[in-house]
Amino acid sequence: MNLRRWSITLLAALVTLVTVAPLLWMLSVSFMAPGEAAQFPPPLLPKNPGLENYRTLFGTFGIGRFLANSLLVSTLATALALLFTVPAGYAFAKLRFKGRDATFRLLVAALVIPGQIGMLPLFLELKAMGLVNSYAGALVPWLAGIFGIFLVRQYCLSIPDEMLEAARIDGASEGQILRQIVLPILTPIIVTLALFVFLGSWNDFMWPLIVLADQDLYTLPVALAAMSREHVQDNELMMAGAVVTTLPVLLLFLALQRFYLSGLLTGSIKG
Amino acid sequence: MSAVGRWREARAGWVMSAPALAAIAVFFAIPAVASLFLSFTDFDIYALADSGNLRFVGLQNYQRLVENPLFWKAMGNTLWFVAFGVPFIVTLSLFAAMLVNSRWLAWRPVWRVALFAPYVTTLVATAVVWRYLLHTRYGLVNYLLSLFGVAPIDWLGSPHASLPAILIFVGWKTFGYNMIIFLAALQTVPRELEEAARIDGAGWFMRLRHVILPAIAPTVLLVSVLTVAGMFQLFAEPYVMTQGGPAQSTVTILYFMYEEGFKWWNLGSGAAVAFLLFLCILAVTLVQLRLARKGGAI
Repeated sequence: MNLRRWSITLLAALVTLVTVAPLLWMLSVSFMAPGEAAQFPPPLLPKNPGLENYRTLFGTFGIGRFLANSLLVSTLATALALLFTVPAGYAFAKLRFKGRDATFRLLVAALVIPGQIGMLPLFLELKAMGLVNSYAGALVPWLAGIFGIFLVRQYCLSIPDEMLEAARIDGASEGQILRQIVLPILTPIIVTLALFVFLGSWNDFMWPLIVLADQDLYTLPVALAAMSREHVQDNELMMAGAVVTTLPVLLLFLALQRFYLSGLLTGSIKG
Repeated sequence: MSAVGRWREARAGWVMSAPALAAIAVFFAIPAVASLFLSFTDFDIYALADSGNLRFVGLQNYQRLVENPLFWKAMGNTLWFVAFGVPFIVTLSLFAAMLVNSRWLAWRPVWRVALFAPYVTTLVATAVVWRYLLHTRYGLVNYLLSLFGVAPIDWLGSPHASLPAILIFVGWKTFGYNMIIFLAALQTVPRELEEAARIDGAGWFMRLRHVILPAIAPTVLLVSVLTVAGMFQLFAEPYVMTQGGPAQSTVTILYFMYEEGFKWWNLGSGAAVAFLLFLCILAVTLVQLRLARKGGAI
């Protein structure tokens, strides 16, 4: 049995090593001198680790600007998504109003429609509103988060009705009940949802690529994709750019992975 | 409860859900429906400048698409991803889940999080990383293969290797997500069931086929449906790694739509592509659900 335990664990370690190797390699190459990675066999560790690529990125390429854009868009998208979807999710679970169930069934059916279907008309719509080529244009799709409503609703179903009734008898308004009783209970799912939206909007590429034309407004993925087309040969520089782009969300995930993984399971059992 | 209380509750329900419903209507539902209407027009760069140039053209956009070889190329590439990518990724994810679910495995949470990590990384960033990993001369992948005597493969430069190369990247990026879903399903399979089969002399593959797979069949279907939808939505991967090339061998349906709409500004034609994409996803999902119902999985 002990042998079995060791061999299975060793196999898992090997599979994991292969899986995280690209990320470790990205980190390692980002500290190499320009041109150092273009050798055969490819070097695994930098000879003289240095921050030169990062200096070039933040200096010559002004990646700080794109980092700030990404932070701004993702933070606003997260805050607005929570503001829109959390009360709606609660209302669909716990407040009785006419048309509630029919509306919710419609929303669940709409979950199979990918957002890309409406991208061209959405672009024209935002153009008419004057929101194309603005931060607002980039974060607008995150307000229409059907999945978030679904996630919050599932979580709210477990809140006992008696608790809400007791508050009503005590004279609390519906707004007070939401703020003072429901929101504290919802903290875990709010963290999960915030994490989903933040990571989703940070990693999003196609929509910001379409809606942001002005280079000063680029988010990190759009800027990185543009850079990688012009600087194909600058291996080490591009790895540093990839690190700057992906490390913030990777660390955020590692810090809050419990919330992320539990939310993922709630979300996938939507069938 | 009093009538006033009930009325207040209903009003609160509408007030709380109205902002979200309005946003969904304006930024999701209306554009999705408008896509169908747009696809019947000749909306192009001239209409973009002055909507007076807009004309209703019926099915002309669809007719042009059917006659466009690049559209069929994009369709074929996307179907290639569905045909090969879905079994590849589902199998990969299931094996990873079974490995992490093994009761002999130590430090299980560590492996679980590490294997999931690629899923949360930024797609564009890791696509850039993989472009270098797959480099013909200096790439780590070809170096490792050379240790086994395999000659260097021109992964992203040859029209025969480019689709598999992108699929390897997509599999690496997404298997962790499916693994977590499979893991939850595997944990509901009673250990005794597998143990009984083992005592009856069933080997590993027999247990997988006759005990585990039947027990998690609905999850296999769920993961397949999600993966099919994912395969239809590949865009950033070819955009960053190959720009649709070489010889248009990696143009996906969404990449084609992007170029029609935002490179050539043929928004009417692009909307027709979007609508056909929607029909494809719908059709494949319905077929899978029907197969599952026939097989008694759900």
